[in-house]
Amino acid sequence: MRFLFKTDYEDDIKLVPHSGYIVSYGILLAFLLIAPFVLSSYLVSQLVFVCIYATVGVGLMILTGFTGQASLGHAAFLAIGAYTAAYLQQFNVPFPVYFLAGGLLTGVVGALVGFPALRLTGIYLVIATISFAFIVEEILARWETVTHGNEGMRVKTLSLFGQAVPQNGPTFYYLCLAILILTIVGTLNLLRSPTGRAFVAIRDSETAARSMGVNVSLYKVKSFAISAAITGLAGVLFAHKLSFISPEMFTLQLSIEFIIVILIGGTFSLHGAVLGAIFLVMIDPFLTYLKDDLPGIIAGIAATFGADSITAGKIHGNVAAIASANGLKGAIYGVIIVLFVLFEPLGLYGRWLKIKLFFQLFPLYKRATFKRQKIYVKSERNR
Amino acid sequence: MLDFVQQLVSGIALGCVYGLIALGFVLIYKATEVVNFAQGDLMMLGGFFAFTFIGMLGLNYWLGFAGAVAAMALFGMLAERVVVRPILGYPQFSIIMATIGLGYFLRSVVGMIWGTDDFKIETPFSDGVLRIGSLVLAYDKLSVIAATIILCALLYLFFNRTTLGTAMRASSENMLAAYYMGIPVKRVVSIVWAIAAAVATAAGVLLAPITFIHSNVGLVLGLKAFPAAVLGGFGSIPGAVVGGVLIGVIESMAGFYLPQGWKDVAPYIVLLVVLLLKPEGLFGVHMRKKV
Repeated sequence: MRFLFKTDYEDDIKLVPHSGYIVSYGILLAFLLIAPFVLSSYLVSQLVFVCIYATVGVGLMILTGFTGQASLGHAAFLAIGAYTAAYLQQFNVPFPVYFLAGGLLTGVVGALVGFPALRLTGIYLVIATISFAFIVEEILARWETVTHGNEGMRVKTLSLFGQAVPQNGPTFYYLCLAILILTIVGTLNLLRSPTGRAFVAIRDSETAARSMGVNVSLYKVKSFAISAAITGLAGVLFAHKLSFISPEMFTLQLSIEFIIVILIGGTFSLHGAVLGAIFLVMIDPFLTYLKDDLPGIIAGIAATFGADSITAGKIHGNVAAIASANGLKGAIYGVIIVLFVLFEPLGLYGRWLKIKLFFQLFPLYKRATFKRQKIYVKSERNR
Repeated sequence: MLDFVQQLVSGIALGCVYGLIALGFVLIYKATEVVNFAQGDLMMLGGFFAFTFIGMLGLNYWLGFAGAVAAMALFGMLAERVVVRPILGYPQFSIIMATIGLGYFLRSVVGMIWGTDDFKIETPFSDGVLRIGSLVLAYDKLSVIAATIILCALLYLFFNRTTLGTAMRASSENMLAAYYMGIPVKRVVSIVWAIAAAVATAAGVLLAPITFIHSNVGLVLGLKAFPAAVLGGFGSIPGAVVGGVLIGVIESMAGFYLPQGWKDVAPYIVLLVVLLLKPEGLFGVHMRKKV
């Protein structure tokens, strides 16, 4: 194992703590770059969704993971980005302009939401952001001169420097990947800057941050604005990927999916945003797999344990019926959320850290290292 | 004028349903500082239990009602034991997510078992109407209003007059201190969940004649009940009902007097305004900050 000796503050905030990071992320990047040549077009398309969801995840992570402000309204920010792109595109505005405009506008709206949110904490903030999302959804459905209401808007194929970039081609994938990487690197830099440190201070203890001279309200609004802006940028890509947007795509359900991304990935890490996005996008292919293959597998297992052909057939039928039932995806989401909250609050990235530590300390590893401590809560009401 | 009164009464009836769900939020919040996002789904599940007992097994209405309430009380305890107890005391965000997960699960499973159609429960109040002059009031709406008043009064007395109620308030203020004073905090929490699930079931059954029950009704109504609970100030039982009634009346008035589309948003706009002006809600107690 490697020991890192940090002797001053500069060591503590280095972007690349040691050369191993460059090697491992370089290999990952190489794999991602050759992906369109190796993988099927379906998987590449899923990777594009991973990139978009991960970008939103990074945005939400800044707000929820690093500033500690929960939000269930991020679908609205995504919608604002997407609609800005679709609207500006009608006037032949070039992609870079409406891409940045989408981010900027969403950032401004985010700051506007951030101001009233200053006085709210915990559950009140969650409910306020839900209300905001509902209001945005309704505005999108009613403001027909701009958004075409419930009919939805068609989004033209993206064109970059005069070249058409179809949403299923490899170029679009590279574009999304580039934006994801830029967002991640930008966020990493943000987090090691005074602003990012202030965010984390606010998350850990608002009172302590205030007494250290952090302007809590300013940084909360900043966090909202940055988070919204990143989500808006992802929204532009989202609109292009789907090539059609309508208000009923940006519901509470989508906001909850974003929360699932950061929760399952790991709430306090940027790795978590990416891992969570991979998880969320891959659950659909996994369900298809369940529908197609699982009944056969289970019937096969039953047959090896001595079930006769009629019983095996019955088992096959029952499993197939359950696997293709309508609500299965929701049930799986539900169970997964509950299990992660109960058993792995640090998410997939936390699990990875535990596995890594296990191998690093191999004979000395103690299970109790990560044991949850009992917490007794005092009222948050007089916080 | 007549239209106005008619809208007012149906708004109040609808608001009482929101209030009943909000009561569930408030009960749990008051006793454990946990916000249960699955409250609406507990209501939906209660409605389906009652539908099974009354509509499918053909039990007497009151018997079925009681059966559903009892079954849901047990279910509430189970949900508390499995989902909430392991993370009691952890940040609110974890618990919110866990209950959102629980809600997701319930909605999907109910959809898989009972299907996604609309269901209706026949009640003794289904058909009759009360006529006062030219004003027509349906019994099912009046029954909701009456039940809400009774439940609210009972719960208020329970919290303020009984030992168990005091124990619940104590354990929400400071769990560890309550534990040291000999309050069985775990049992208290499980009883609260049972009561909340029972109240939710009552709401679901009373609601069944007004809006049909289907697997998503909990989500729809639960999200309306949030503004109700917040408006009244989370943690205040009369506040929840008043908030619910306000939301119901606002919604029904907005649906009648304002252009289409305002009906669904008006409660949330009012909520945001209230949160801006008075973040602790109308009946909320403003606590002093202690460092």
